[in-house]
Amino acid sequence: MSAETVDVLIIGAGASGAAMAWSLAETKMHIVCLEQGALMNPLAYPSTGRDWEARSTSDFNSNPNVRGLKTDYPINEENSPIKVANFNGVGGGTVLYAGHFPRFHPSDFRVKSLDGVADDWPIDYNQLAPYYAENEKMTGVAGMNGDPAYPSDNAQRLPPLPLGESGKVLAKGFNALGWHWWPSDTAIITEDYDGRAGCINLGACGAGCAQGAKGSADVTYWPHAQRAGVDLRTRCRVREITVGPDGMATGARYVTGAGEEKEIKAHVVVVACNGIGTPRLLLNSKSPQHPDGLANSSGLVGKNLMFHPYAWIQGMFEEATDGFAGPHKLMRSQEFYETDESRGYVRGYTLEIQRGMPPVRTAHTGLRHGRIPWGSGHHDAFRRMFNHCTGMVAVCEDLPEEHNTVTIDPVLKDSDGIPAPKIDYTLSENSKRMLQHGVDRATEILKAGGATDVYSEWPIPYGGWHLMGTARMGKDPSRSVVNEWGRAHDCKNLFIIDGSIFVTSAGVNPTNTIQALALYVADQMKQRLANATLFD
Amino acid sequence: MTRETPPAGHLLNETEWHTLRALADVIVPPSEKYGIPGAGDEAIAKTIVKDANYGDKLPRLIAALDTLNAMAEGAHRGEFAMLSHDQRQSVAFAFREEQPAAASLAEQLVTQCYYRDDRVVSSLGMELRPPMPAGYKVDNGDWSLLEQVQKRQPFHRPVG
Repeated sequence: MSAETVDVLIIGAGASGAAMAWSLAETKMHIVCLEQGALMNPLAYPSTGRDWEARSTSDFNSNPNVRGLKTDYPINEENSPIKVANFNGVGGGTVLYAGHFPRFHPSDFRVKSLDGVADDWPIDYNQLAPYYAENEKMTGVAGMNGDPAYPSDNAQRLPPLPLGESGKVLAKGFNALGWHWWPSDTAIITEDYDGRAGCINLGACGAGCAQGAKGSADVTYWPHAQRAGVDLRTRCRVREITVGPDGMATGARYVTGAGEEKEIKAHVVVVACNGIGTPRLLLNSKSPQHPDGLANSSGLVGKNLMFHPYAWIQGMFEEATDGFAGPHKLMRSQEFYETDESRGYVRGYTLEIQRGMPPVRTAHTGLRHGRIPWGSGHHDAFRRMFNHCTGMVAVCEDLPEEHNTVTIDPVLKDSDGIPAPKIDYTLSENSKRMLQHGVDRATEILKAGGATDVYSEWPIPYGGWHLMGTARMGKDPSRSVVNEWGRAHDCKNLFIIDGSIFVTSAGVNPTNTIQALALYVADQMKQRLANATLFD
Repeated sequence: MTRETPPAGHLLNETEWHTLRALADVIVPPSEKYGIPGAGDEAIAKTIVKDANYGDKLPRLIAALDTLNAMAEGAHRGEFAMLSHDQRQSVAFAFREEQPAAASLAEQLVTQCYYRDDRVVSSLGMELRPPMPAGYKVDNGDWSLLEQVQKRQPFHRPVG
């Protein structure tokens, strides 16, 4: 086995790995990124074929166990009411995400101080604000300035996504109750931007955007990073991070798509494999120097797993909604974002508006919720529902709890024989009360907007899109895995930059914060490279 | 239900094929009112089998069809596809009640194939094309609705 040596090895080409690669590229260091999945081909995305909805149940399913591609790894998730949603390929989970792209609030970094639960972050909103702005500029974000739920910001926004017919009925509902709503910050370009063509309302955001309007990391950061010299290698699955006698990372062993075992040496290793893949890799990287897994002297690698538990609430209307056309996201409400103890729980949630549903999803939803029967009444019931539904999800803040874990399954392995992760997760009482509150308020909104029928579900079982907390950041090495600029406490040339370093989850989608953090860590690295203190 | 032989190279045996078509027709029957076939239509059923051939769905579908036939035998001493319309309804509804995971798989496969059939899609007023490359028009909407919110004072939480 021969080993080449590079300056920086990034493991994972998803949201955070892409941002890190682009930011570090200006240093002209030799940077290699290993990605277990493939480079995506938008011409092969489901929306280019008539079977596009069906493919969301097979090769573009968001659950890796259902999708089962060679590039995926299995996850034992039997002991979790929420199943993982991810994607393994260049762009990672952003290939399938809906593109909702809000920032965290300043209060999200001070949960312990404000509400006496969880922990404060070792950094604050103001430190991340310039990186949010940089990330939004790189990604291309539609939205509107002036949201009263947020402090004024320095974001550069493209025109908002269309409100459409769905927005009209829902805005009427919010306005009737006097509750907040605002056009979503969404990583979907509404006009041509950075060499990409604007959104044409394909309505298939969750199965990859064939137009390239959705800001998945493969079309935003990667073309720039590769042009700047970053060496992106696909179908390279890392088996373990190697360490030297001094406990420092020396590189990685990996398997190629052809099954070749290879080794690469690096002066700096950056882990960007998401809140499941990162603890899996660290726990699979045991050595005499790190007997409990790499960077795990705190015992917190794999602990404090957070999802965002989701509630889904939908209404049926006499008026036509947008049906199958248009981006899934259009508005958000943060009326119930902050703690109000009279509600019976701490922290809060965002109501994220969803536009409508295409025919297969309409039928399947109607059947599952008893709105469309088997047999003779099927067709009339389907037609009452088709193009007449809209609704929302409540994205609930999940508090960190050490018993929610990612561990290594003793039996399950991926197709290269690498031990697979197991998750153990329990929905907290706080989350249950918050979810029910969200369902109740959303029901009021839909009825105020004219819904004739409302139905709901919580938690959404296949809704584990956001994977956070399993290698948390902090200043105390006994209570955290990485320090306040992403460097592992136990290994001074190892950095972690994905959602696993989140201290708390906030009540919004995490991708903008994941990428802003990656840019922030990259800047910290560059500053310390300049004054030769990176490994101090 | 006629008893023609399953298509060559088919993934189901004859009994499974006829059971699938009969079950699909119970879930989504033909409609004279809308001029559309049921989901047991031969072309749609072939698509169902094709889509089922991914991951572990096909063996799960076959197991579901076997269970349905066992229930039919138990209730009416006959193969599901050979029962009367009312008997099929009765057995299928009991199957849905007693085997929710199997019934859900059948529903998923039936709907994802039925609602992309040209005849059905046409009846919904949709164009026979994929979303890409033409896309769709969505009305920009009535932005005056936002004025009420724009008048609101900032309410984000101070952090000190």
